[in-house]
Amino acid sequence: MMPLAAMAASPFELLALSPPGWGGTLLLGLANTMVIAVGAYALGLAIGIMGAFGKLYGGPITRDLLAVYTTIVRAVPELVLILILFYAVPGLINEILIGLGHERIVLPPLITGIAVLGVVQGAYSTEVLRGAIQAVPHGQIEAARAMGMTPMLTARRITLPLMTSNAIPGLANLWLNATKDTALLAVIGFSELTKATYQAAATTKAFFTFYLAAMALYLAISLLSTVLFGRIEKWARRGQRVMSR
Amino acid sequence: MGAPRAEGHEQMTDFLKPHRIVMIAIAVALVLACIFLLNWSWLENPKYQTLILQGIWRTIWITIVTMVIGMLLAIPIGLAQAAGPWYLAVPARVFCTVIRGTPLLMQLWLLYYGLGSLFPSIPWIRESDLWPLLRQAWPYAVVALSLSVAGYEGEVMRGAFKGVPHGQLEAARAMGMPRFTALRRIWLPQAIHRVLPTIGGETVLQLKATPLVSTITVMEIYAVVGRIRQDTFIIYEPLLFLAAVYMCLTGLIVLLYRWFEGRMPKRVA
Repeated sequence: MMPLAAMAASPFELLALSPPGWGGTLLLGLANTMVIAVGAYALGLAIGIMGAFGKLYGGPITRDLLAVYTTIVRAVPELVLILILFYAVPGLINEILIGLGHERIVLPPLITGIAVLGVVQGAYSTEVLRGAIQAVPHGQIEAARAMGMTPMLTARRITLPLMTSNAIPGLANLWLNATKDTALLAVIGFSELTKATYQAAATTKAFFTFYLAAMALYLAISLLSTVLFGRIEKWARRGQRVMSR
Repeated sequence: MGAPRAEGHEQMTDFLKPHRIVMIAIAVALVLACIFLLNWSWLENPKYQTLILQGIWRTIWITIVTMVIGMLLAIPIGLAQAAGPWYLAVPARVFCTVIRGTPLLMQLWLLYYGLGSLFPSIPWIRESDLWPLLRQAWPYAVVALSLSVAGYEGEVMRGAFKGVPHGQLEAARAMGMPRFTALRRIWLPQAIHRVLPTIGGETVLQLKATPLVSTITVMEIYAVVGRIRQDTFIIYEPLLFLAAVYMCLTGLIVLLYRWFEGRMPKRVA
């Protein structure tokens, strides 16, 4: 049945931007994917920076709680975490709101998606950043302390700039994971690129056209990101001696 | 593992600091509260019990089978990239880039919905002996997950092949070994030895990828729990159970791997 429908319209007609074609839907899905990926990545980085400093310099209880967080998130499939957080977080917020005597609210799916993927990303960023901070030569931090810098100033001026070059390859990987993990939100019905593709393909029965088009879009994101992160790493490593192998 | 007794004892007291005892007590209280306050009656239903056991078994089976097939595919892919002529290296490189650059869910759906809709329209496939197999969902799941492992591990294997010291291969050649014997006796074993430490982590990642196959109707544990949730209208409890199952499986993989690692010879050229 599929070849008949597929032959009825050429791939170019199917991928046209205006409504008879589904190109517009796909691009809208791509925009949603990018918004979620960027949001989740930023949230993950924020959690990761706090988590890494907490794991390295925090008190015993902070450290143990962070260990529990990263272990659980890395041991349970993202899809399961997304499902749990997707139901639990809005439920919890509403319980609190009702407890405080407020109205029940419906969280926009975009915000929920970003929050859920951000929490997942946070666990991985914590580990990447922790490793990067640990690779900063200890003498640098001691020197900063000897100069009388406060811990915040040391972090801002010494540790964070020095660890950036160590962290970039890991963070680049995490960004690629963030873009790919957005596809999981399709399973809970959020209309990002994968879901849009699924709808287009299921409606027109032109499975190969749409799946290959969407894969090309994902691939383009990933290739562009790789180039971009390569540039950033070069910039972060400026002034460092090139390691010869 | 093989640590002397006194050290093990010290580690134990090191682990049980006062704040940890309090935290463990809180954790135990939370777990007990979950057990006694939440609704677990669905676990007593024999129908669901068999479904759950089947689902867990299917998850384990898919993880192992796809890991093995994927690793076997990764070896030639890595070798082609590390030492192959350009007409093998370029396709291998493109394959790895495509697999690593697109979501697994997309690849799975492309295979299942794309090929799955193409096959019925080709007469000789419908008449072949393979048709009953191709009508089911699990072959597509196994193929997609295996290719995913092959893509990621192919890249790792490339690094491993390149990481084997050149002197080893030169020595083999100097001994008059044919190229294939050198590969079988010298290059491949050393490359695999370099990859082994990463396999535990990769297996955990693979386990975490398996719930995706529930979207193409393979009834592994994630799909089973989804069905229980639909049947019983219980929202949270099955999900908590599911998370616990995955944590146990991950723990099992980590422990098995540690045991295996302890038995591996440590000598590296």
